[in-house]
Amino acid sequence: MMLLDELGQFFPPGRLLHRPGELAPYESDALTAFRARPLAVVLPESHEEVVAAVRWCARHRIPYVARGSGTSLSGGSLPIDGGLLIGLNRMNKLLRLDPQERIAVVEPGFINLQVSNAAAPHGLYYAPDPSSQPVSTIGGNLAFNSGGAHCLKYGMTSNHVLAARVVLPDGETVVLGGESLENTGPDWLGLFVGSEGLLGIATEITLRLLPKPETYHTVLAAYDSLEKAGDAVAAVVASGLLPGAMEIMDSLAIEAAEAAVKAGYPREARALLIVELEGETPQVEAEARYLDEVIRRSGAYEVRVAQSAEERLKIWKGRKAAFSAVGRLSPDYIVQDGVVPRSRLGQALAEIERLSARYGLRVANVFHAGDGNLHPLILYNGRVAGEFERAEELAGEILRLCVALGGSITGEHGVGMEKKAYMPEMFSEADLAAMRRIRLALDPLELSNRGKMFPGGEAPALHQAGPHPLERAGVISRE
Amino acid sequence: MTVLHPTSPAEVQEAVRAHSRVRARGGGSKPALSTPTEDQTVLEMRGLSGVLEYDPGEYVLVARAGTPLAEVEQLLAQHGQYLPFDPPLVEQGATLGGTVAAGLSGPMRQRYGGVRDFILGVQFVDGTGQLVRAGGKVVKNAAGFDLPKLMVGSLGRLGLLTELAFKVFPYPKATATLRVAFPKLEAALEALYRLAGSPIELYALDLEPPATLTLRLGGLPEALPARLERLTAFVGRAGDLLQGEAETQYWRDLNRLELGAGYLVKVALTARRIPTLEQALGSTPRRYMSAGHLLYLAWNHELAQLDTLLRSQNLSGLVLRGHTARPQIGIDLEQVFGQRVTAALDPQGRFSLALPQ
Repeated sequence: MMLLDELGQFFPPGRLLHRPGELAPYESDALTAFRARPLAVVLPESHEEVVAAVRWCARHRIPYVARGSGTSLSGGSLPIDGGLLIGLNRMNKLLRLDPQERIAVVEPGFINLQVSNAAAPHGLYYAPDPSSQPVSTIGGNLAFNSGGAHCLKYGMTSNHVLAARVVLPDGETVVLGGESLENTGPDWLGLFVGSEGLLGIATEITLRLLPKPETYHTVLAAYDSLEKAGDAVAAVVASGLLPGAMEIMDSLAIEAAEAAVKAGYPREARALLIVELEGETPQVEAEARYLDEVIRRSGAYEVRVAQSAEERLKIWKGRKAAFSAVGRLSPDYIVQDGVVPRSRLGQALAEIERLSARYGLRVANVFHAGDGNLHPLILYNGRVAGEFERAEELAGEILRLCVALGGSITGEHGVGMEKKAYMPEMFSEADLAAMRRIRLALDPLELSNRGKMFPGGEAPALHQAGPHPLERAGVISRE
Repeated sequence: MTVLHPTSPAEVQEAVRAHSRVRARGGGSKPALSTPTEDQTVLEMRGLSGVLEYDPGEYVLVARAGTPLAEVEQLLAQHGQYLPFDPPLVEQGATLGGTVAAGLSGPMRQRYGGVRDFILGVQFVDGTGQLVRAGGKVVKNAAGFDLPKLMVGSLGRLGLLTELAFKVFPYPKATATLRVAFPKLEAALEALYRLAGSPIELYALDLEPPATLTLRLGGLPEALPARLERLTAFVGRAGDLLQGEAETQYWRDLNRLELGAGYLVKVALTARRIPTLEQALGSTPRRYMSAGHLLYLAWNHELAQLDTLLRSQNLSGLVLRGHTARPQIGIDLEQVFGQRVTAALDPQGRFSLALPQ
């Protein structure tokens, strides 16, 4: 306990947690299959306190994990057995909002959606919109390069972070990036964003804000096959349009969403496609005529166009609720977020269907069709012996399939704990060795988020649990 | 000075292993960055050329690093697509690799972003001679460290690029450019800020000193007249309208960045710095792009003077043309994070720009 006494010099009792009951809520993140008990949790309130915690870890060679709201679906914020957990939720201030320069400077514990809320009075918003945005923090979004439904057109978190003040694993502080969208010299910030907490902890983050689009045109189209919906996406792209979002849900997901939020979707549809145009009114109105023509020809048996902001929100409500809703169909599920080239979506979905039949497990599909980012939800019952293992195996096959089709093992959830074993499917030994050298150059003891992203390393405690408590409460969803 | 002409990634690896000091050269359009020092072996990269994968429906293009931009743009144009970061120096023979290594974007970066926002994947030879791949060939990917972004602006210092993957977009079916002259810089800047914070979607938002805004709209031809009208009303002043071939030619000429005699320099900044810079720059030919985030200027004095000016404004610059042993000017962006990453990828300093101490 000498160690904790030393830590107690920097953190008062209420912000240094070490009793089992205090630690329990931090034992896992949104990937509830994994669980580990940290030695202690500290809740810093300033940059200096983060430095003190990191230096304490470096001095005693204790691995640590920085964490925000714990919504990582890849187990990225899973604690390390006997390590320190640095909870950043109390560093949740908006430090500066500059509407003229269109930037917001926030602490890492600031919530994603609150950035847009704060910017809204100025006609601005923060573009990355992971479904966890009502609870997930900017620090976590930065670490895992979070995505959302608008990535094809607007990019991911890394395209919207301008600068970060970072505590390196040895306790030193650096500032990466600046307020300009341009840069000279290597893009150090670009490397840091999405590095899954392996290269340091961001304590101050400068975000870029965009003007809110003037007009939306949101179309919901129902199809009697998944293939037709996929072909419709290809036709939209071929027409030269660049929608802000294109989303597809299959029948299982539709059923679940309807049961949960009554979005008014056509229940008997085999697939639903949501396409949304956005921009200047005259342009959107002109684009809408082309889009409507493309959709009409795509074999949709029912097409609805949102006539009001309320109707638009209703269409999106079902889509955003689909994930947690699928949870109602099954006691447990695993969600993957592999990516395939858009032209291979049909092939990937057919293969997933085949795998689903072979493994005797239902798979629901809700995905970002515009960027080929799949989200197969593998339904299983953890109480049935062997089902969890079968589900894991099926999930692995889907990841391999994505790589084989020329895609990626993760579009937005990150590698974390969950997919590190699949990194060698995507990268060669030399690729991984180069990444590892970068990691070791900054963190020779591999203290920062040890055991994540790179294949191998210590095995975590496997634990099959149901939904995350926040998920059960309907606060977060897996997407 | 040895000059090598590799035609494959394996030959680049071989060259890196065999030579202690190496510099890559693409099209030579940015001589301040590609002119070797005495002790450097030059790798002429144009032998690593050609588009490897391009399916217009995917919005993804993969090519060897030595591929000229002109070739890429021509291919994309056949399918109504383009590189949205609008790389400069196309006609001067700039390559994909050189563009990424220098980190260069053009005026149309205003609409969707710069080169860092469109690079998806990279293959490079590191300082130990290893061939490394990172990123991917799909428009969305979060696996592994983002080495593609790291390479943007890396000046060949972290690795020699051999292959690159980019996200590409459909090119607007019609474009039009409005040039609006303001009586004073303050008025032009006020309009620049209002436009940048508005939902009006501009492909370019340039400021040409002393006080002219050059605004480019793109989209469906049937919507353009109404949008131009709205734009003019929003700006509150009439402007000169450029359309058709004259408009295309205007931007094509600008792509050459032939602003004037002397050093060609890129500066990263925000519009907030413009008033002070404008007082100091006098008759220096220059153009601010992307709502004041990017400045290209032609400096015809001692480089040290510009270095001092940039430092005083807390800005960094990059010399592209004109001879200098130190192309990075202005504030020093070196920090321990960068030093360690550099040492990890190039432990022996093979790619170091400066002479060994």
